[in-house]
Amino acid sequence: MSKIEIRNIYKIFGPDPTSVMPLVKGGANKQEVMDQTGHVVGLDDVSLDINEGEIFVIMGLSGSGKSTLIRHLNRLIEPTSGSIIVDGENVLKLDAKQLARFRQSKMAMVFQRFGLLPHKNIIENVGFGLQIQMVSEAKRNAAAQEKIDLVGLTGFEKQYPDQLSGGMQQRVGLARALATDPDILLMDEAFSALDPLIRTDMQRRLLELQTSLKKTIVFITHDLDEALFLGDRICILEGGRIAQIGTPEDIILSPADDYVAAFVGDVNKAKVLRAKSVMVSPRKLTAAESKKSVQMPVNALLEDLMPIVLKQGNIIEIIDDAGTVVGQVGGADIAAALEKDNLSA
Amino acid sequence: MEKKNGVFIGVISAVILLAASVFSYSVSIKKKPDGLWDLISNPSWLGDWPRWLDFPLKEWANAGIDWLVETYGYIFDAINEGLLGVYSSLTSLMVLTPWPVFIVFAAILTYFLSGRKAVVTIIVAACLFSIGLLSPKLWDKMIETTALVVISISLCALIGFPVAIMMSRSDRVRNVVLPVLDLMQTIPAFVYLIPGIMLFGLGAVPAIIATVIYAVPPVIRLTDLGIRMIDSEVIEAADSFGATPMQKLKIIQLPLALPAIMQGINQTTMMALAMVVVASMIGTRGLGDEVLLGLQQLNVGRALEAGLAIVLLAIVLDRITQAYGKRLQERKSDEG
Repeated sequence: MSKIEIRNIYKIFGPDPTSVMPLVKGGANKQEVMDQTGHVVGLDDVSLDINEGEIFVIMGLSGSGKSTLIRHLNRLIEPTSGSIIVDGENVLKLDAKQLARFRQSKMAMVFQRFGLLPHKNIIENVGFGLQIQMVSEAKRNAAAQEKIDLVGLTGFEKQYPDQLSGGMQQRVGLARALATDPDILLMDEAFSALDPLIRTDMQRRLLELQTSLKKTIVFITHDLDEALFLGDRICILEGGRIAQIGTPEDIILSPADDYVAAFVGDVNKAKVLRAKSVMVSPRKLTAAESKKSVQMPVNALLEDLMPIVLKQGNIIEIIDDAGTVVGQVGGADIAAALEKDNLSA
Repeated sequence: MEKKNGVFIGVISAVILLAASVFSYSVSIKKKPDGLWDLISNPSWLGDWPRWLDFPLKEWANAGIDWLVETYGYIFDAINEGLLGVYSSLTSLMVLTPWPVFIVFAAILTYFLSGRKAVVTIIVAACLFSIGLLSPKLWDKMIETTALVVISISLCALIGFPVAIMMSRSDRVRNVVLPVLDLMQTIPAFVYLIPGIMLFGLGAVPAIIATVIYAVPPVIRLTDLGIRMIDSEVIEAADSFGATPMQKLKIIQLPLALPAIMQGINQTTMMALAMVVVASMIGTRGLGDEVLLGLQQLNVGRALEAGLAIVLLAIVLDRITQAYGKRLQERKSDEG
């Protein structure tokens, strides 16, 4: 069973959403519905599964419905129809009290513009989720301190949010989300408001934290590079519909339609493709070749393999976790994978 | 939907207008035309407003007030007794307080509310001292006026905050309350002073009621605005952590709206003072009373002294209520 199951979610904005449902279910697209009824289709038959412990990236341009979708998970927005199951529990069936409990314990959200409380200092901000749960001040300060240390903001506890830089503020946002120890982190364009250098730094920190935290992370972004870098799996939304769901390599190597293909056309594939998807089946190496050969794991990125091949002109043996050789990669294989037209390789 | 609503409201108002005309035509007694033919054959009524079209709002209002006094008189009596009790005990407490104690108390209050600003504190103390200096009898009158203002502001806050909070939560409530606030601010005060007298008799209580009606709008408007101006992402963050409406109010909305709320309290105080002076017309004692007497006796000097005392009291109340709001804003900009 998946951690989160989203089934046939429709969201229509406008004065009378249910009246438009037959039209939308009949297959009319966003523009047609807008022209005929003046209603905006936010989400159109979205179904997806998110597994425990993965970073699931939802990617799309503005207006694609990605922020609407993530707000359905904790019901900040109610769907027009459909179901959302988290840990086997239908979120849409919860009453107000149960919903409050659910939001307190199951998920925490990180916001694009941080959403910190301007009148509270950092430690109070980080402890905010626990304050909502009526945890005593001593206990929540202890928990908050631990998360502040975790995100590397030790020493800033008594500062106020507007005294910190954007990147530091978002680390406060992350610490606040972690402080309630939720299973699921919802990150809504969490790094989009940051400078490029700081953004890259935050992406690294998140991946680093994730190796020990093992949370289920739903990450929203409009930045394909960010999606490919962070995502275990990526869902591309277009006009409220799912264009494709897959691993970064699926999306690069076999885009589902022209929209996705146009999107991924300019991506630096060396940063995305891994050894396992470019390797060929191993053949016996000559004595000279095996002398120079290097072994790399199946999950090594192409950009890590390239310098080795280019520098020494040798063949790399690809090994799995057990250490057995499962394939090999040479200069020609890399060249083939990187060729622009060769998308469906 | 918007369009539909517009048409709906249009039809409703047309029907009401028609019903009002028909109704006025049928109940009125003044030289009503004999029939349809009379209307058409003698169209002179088009030149002047037809006197037989007379909507009996006046009679209804009077009958309504009479009915209210007869049926629920005991409720108003109870309110009257209660408010009067509070007013007289507050007044006698303040009158009995020796004047230096009163001034020192006001100074200490200002000192701490303003964040230990000596200048403001000295201004407040000096203004209070000058009121007594103008004329010793103005001191007691000032106490009476202050008591009225204090009670009125407390009632304004008591009524204003819940209304403002409901308004900030629902556009529907806001759409209903805003025109009522406009009405309260535009209807001349004397119009509701009269029913006030009928319900509560002459004196301090109708003055307090009238003052509350006149002075409560700013605190409602500014509290509502202050809550609505809060960054929506902060509110969304609170929701995402499962905060209840009460927790949101206590931890986020009220603290963040506090500068706006204090501004509203300040405005309300100033309007309350203005109204309390006007309320001397219905027999309220206090500084306004002195102005009125000066006016009636053509005693310019007496009116001038009382007028100056009102200005001094206004400065005192303004400084005290603004001091706190200003301090909040300064703290905010210090952090920036």
